[in-house]
Amino acid sequence: MADNAAALLLLADGRLPAGGYAHSGGLEATIRAGRVHDADSLEKFLTGRAVTAGLVAGAFAAAACHASTKGDRVLLQELDPELDARIPSPALRAVSRSLGRQLLRAATAIRPHPRFNELDRTAHQPIVLGVAAAAFDLAPRDAALAVLHEAVAGPAVAAVKLLSLDPFSAHAALARLTPLLDQLASEAAKHADTAPADLPSAGAPLLDIAAEHHATTDMRLFAS
Amino acid sequence: MLAHARLIADNPSGTTGRQSARILRMRSQAPLILRPTRQQPPAALRHWRLNPDHSAGVSLVAGAAGPLGGDHFRLDIEVREGAVLIVRAVAATLVLPGPHGLESRSEINIKVASGGTLVWLPGRQILAERCRHEAHTRIDMDDGARLFTREELVLGRHGESPGAVRQRLRVSYDGVAIYDQELAVGDGMTGWDSSAVTGGRRALGSLLIVDAETEEQTNVIQSLPDGIPDTALMQLDAKTLLISSLAEDSIMLTRQLDAGLAQYARQRQADHVQV
Repeated sequence: MADNAAALLLLADGRLPAGGYAHSGGLEATIRAGRVHDADSLEKFLTGRAVTAGLVAGAFAAAACHASTKGDRVLLQELDPELDARIPSPALRAVSRSLGRQLLRAATAIRPHPRFNELDRTAHQPIVLGVAAAAFDLAPRDAALAVLHEAVAGPAVAAVKLLSLDPFSAHAALARLTPLLDQLASEAAKHADTAPADLPSAGAPLLDIAAEHHATTDMRLFAS
Repeated sequence: MLAHARLIADNPSGTTGRQSARILRMRSQAPLILRPTRQQPPAALRHWRLNPDHSAGVSLVAGAAGPLGGDHFRLDIEVREGAVLIVRAVAATLVLPGPHGLESRSEINIKVASGGTLVWLPGRQILAERCRHEAHTRIDMDDGARLFTREELVLGRHGESPGAVRQRLRVSYDGVAIYDQELAVGDGMTGWDSSAVTGGRRALGSLLIVDAETEEQTNVIQSLPDGIPDTALMQLDAKTLLISSLAEDSIMLTRQLDAGLAQYARQRQADHVQV
């Protein structure tokens, strides 16, 4: 592990005041639809989320980290519409941009860096995270890993509240997922200098549909 | 088996704005067969006012069984300025394993020029057990082009689990990506039948409608059709609508996609009455 792993822990920490705690990553709607009901079905959901939305977000974070490290502003701007094209659900796009805005505010406050000036105020969360990783001299794989961790840890912790699940069993699922996350982070990092059009685009149709249902539901605990 | 088919439609009256279209070039290569046919546009597109007499229509026949493992199909379609082209598969495609366990590939490259309209109906794809298939469709649209496409995927024949399939559809408009989704399902793929991806549904499909004229419409389309499960209408941007649906079987899927499409059609026809 790199010498600056402490910075990676800081960025990946759920206690970073960047709004992540308010989201379940589609889990609340999936539970309401009866598709997740216990620790086993939670783990399957997390796996499906990691290999789709997680991998895509990880690859974009890695690419953003790489572009920012190179100081390639044009490339960084190209990533934005490409990620939009990979998030069909308008509700999920809005969530990704809202989390991006909150992360940008947090990151610029805790680590002022000129790299952040190259970002739009409405940039997607994985792109902001990639730039923040670059601001801490972290590598593209670190950025991907932080995003992948968040992609599963957020819903796992939400499951404890939503299903009154034993916190140990939720974290046991996360523990079993660590080899997969490492593998996906390496795959994402391989794409750090891939042309934006060729970045991974793994879709998760049920997550998109669940997000649209959630956005129109009044009674909900989590924003997404 | 390698097959490369090509199709170009243009508008012989140039860019006068009159609807007219002809097939300029068409080359089939067995088992990918293209045949000119009169094609009725989908009823939901009534507001596009497509006249079958002034549209180029083509039937697509993916000839013998297949694609089979080892096959590599390529189809290039070009719709030139102001032309209307409707391409419809004659039957469902059954993707089968070959005798040597090789992967089959299909590659479809589509270009639609400004003022051109493409209705692309590749039909239902049924993924047989043990097939290994990769399909890549790329649609590049110029500013002012229109597109309607519908894809349906069935995961295995009756009582069968599907082989491994990777399918990607990428659409760009005026040089900017507007939709890029890959679906990796079946044997050996991770997480594909989880509740985040297919949730054990056997059939999934999507409809994509790109029409810059709708940018001026202010009425927002209701995203969830009443009483239709696992289906959403998603406005990707002002001109692009995606209808996505999953179902227990292909009959339910067709019904759900039709219901989503009917909701779109009602809304758009109401817009036209208002205008």
